[in-house]
Amino acid sequence: MSKKRVVITGLGTVNPLALNLLETWKKLCDGDSGIGEITQFDTSNVSIKIAGEVHGFDAEEIFGKQYARKLDRAGHLTLQATKDAIEDAGIDSSERLGPNCGIIIGTGIGGLSATENAVRVYDERGEKRVSPLSITQIMPNSSTGQTSIKFGIEGPSSTITTACAASANAIGEAKRLIENNFVDMVIAGGTESATSGMTISAFSQSRALSSRNSDPEKASRPFDKDRDGFVMAEGCTMMFLESEESAKSRGANIYGYLVGYGSSTDAFHITAPSEGGIGASRAMDQALEDAGLSPDKIDYVNAHGTSTKINDVTETLAIKRSFGPSAENVSISSTKSMVGHLLGGAGAFESMVCLMSIKDGVVPPTINLDSPDEECDLNYTPNNSIEKDISYAMTNSFGFGGHNAVLIFSKN
Amino acid sequence: MEVNEVFEKVKNLFVEELGIDEDKVSMESKLEEDLEIDSLGIVEVVMAFEDEFGIEINDEELSDVETVGQAVNLLHSKI
Repeated sequence: MSKKRVVITGLGTVNPLALNLLETWKKLCDGDSGIGEITQFDTSNVSIKIAGEVHGFDAEEIFGKQYARKLDRAGHLTLQATKDAIEDAGIDSSERLGPNCGIIIGTGIGGLSATENAVRVYDERGEKRVSPLSITQIMPNSSTGQTSIKFGIEGPSSTITTACAASANAIGEAKRLIENNFVDMVIAGGTESATSGMTISAFSQSRALSSRNSDPEKASRPFDKDRDGFVMAEGCTMMFLESEESAKSRGANIYGYLVGYGSSTDAFHITAPSEGGIGASRAMDQALEDAGLSPDKIDYVNAHGTSTKINDVTETLAIKRSFGPSAENVSISSTKSMVGHLLGGAGAFESMVCLMSIKDGVVPPTINLDSPDEECDLNYTPNNSIEKDISYAMTNSFGFGGHNAVLIFSKN
Repeated sequence: MEVNEVFEKVKNLFVEELGIDEDKVSMESKLEEDLEIDSLGIVEVVMAFEDEFGIEINDEELSDVETVGQAVNLLHSKI
C-alpha cells in the first residue's frame, strides 16, 4: 500500500516570546529576544541568572486551581498549546478526538519542579508528607497522559525523551503513524519547563550555558565568535498532523506537508557530537532520502544552532557534508538566538518556524550574529529576516546522548 | 473543639489547599462525586488533616468516609 501524505493543519505555541502563534511569529521575523533575567526562583546561589521564561501564563487562572495543581508546569504549557493547535485546525477542542487520533510528546526532563518539591519534602519531613500527586507529575509521560485525558485522544500514544531532539523525533514518529495508516490524526510536539537552580547548576557545571548575565538579549548568539553557551528556555509547541485526505475531506487549512524524517544516533560521546558531524549529517541524508529530494531543493534550514562552541562548528560541518556545494546557497538561521533553547520543546518550535516560513515566505534571522565565527561560514541570515519563497524547509535537532532528528516540510 | 469548628477548618483546607469551590463544601457533599476528589486527592486530604489537627489517620479508618460530614465526625472523634 502506498504511503499517505502528511499535512499540518494546526499549530499552537506558548513560549518566552509570546503566548500564541501569530505574535510569536511576528517577534521572530522582527528579531526580538525572549531572554531575560530569571524571575521564577531566587538566583542568588547560581552563577547563571538569565533564561527564556514564559511570562503572563497563570495556570490556576486558566485551568482553575483544583485542576491546575494536579499538573506540573510543563503539563500546563502542553494543555494550552494543544488546545490552540486543535482549535487552529478548525476542530472543537471540547469534543473528544477518539481512537483515530494519536499523541506523541517529546520532553527532555519531565516534571522537574514536582521532582524537586518531592525530594525537598522527603528530606525535610519524611515519607508521610510526600504528595501523592508527585509521581503523576514527575513521570516524563505526565503531559502526554494528561493531554490525552483532556482532549479524549484514544489512539496510540508515546513520550519521547531524546533530550533536545525529543520533539523533532515526536513529530517524525507521528509522520510514520499517519503515512502507514495507523491513524488519520496525531497531535505531536514538545514541552519543557526545567529551569531551576538545580538544572542551571548542572548545565552550568558542564560548561554548556552562556554566562552573559549583564546582557540577556545578547546571550544566545549562535555562530557568532563571541558565543559562550546556550540559554535555557521553557515552552511548548504542539501541532495537529493528519493525512492529506483527512484534511481535504473536512476542508481544513493546510500549513504545509511533512515530507521527510531522518533519525540517527552518534554512538560516540554522551554530550559531544561525533567528529565532523557525521551522525547529524546521516540524519539529514535520511530525511532528504525520505522526502525524495536532492539537497539543492532545500530553501531554508532552521539549524539546531545552540550557541555552544562545539555545536555550531560541528553543525556547520554536518550541513556541508550533507549539502555539498549547495550548502553555500541555502538560507540557514537559528531561532534559538531569540527564544533560547527549549530543550525537549525545541524541535517542535523550530518545526513551527519552518511551516510559518513556508506560509509567509520569510526566513527569520539569527540575531546577535555580529562577528561570524570563521569556522561557521555558511549563510546564517544574520540579524535581519529576509523575504524568500520557500518550497522546502529543513529543521535540525540534536540531543545529549547522541540523538539526531531532522524533519523536512514542504509547501506542496 | 466543636463539630462546627472542625467543619470550618476542613472547609478552609479544601478551599485553600485543594482549590475547591467554597460553595460546594457542605457536611452533606460527597468527596468523590461532588468535590471531584479522586483516590490520590483523598491521600492529600488526609495529609492536610493530619498537619492541621496534629493527628494520625490510618487507611482503615478512612475506608468508610464518603462525605465531608463523615470526615468531620472522624476528625472530631480523634481530636
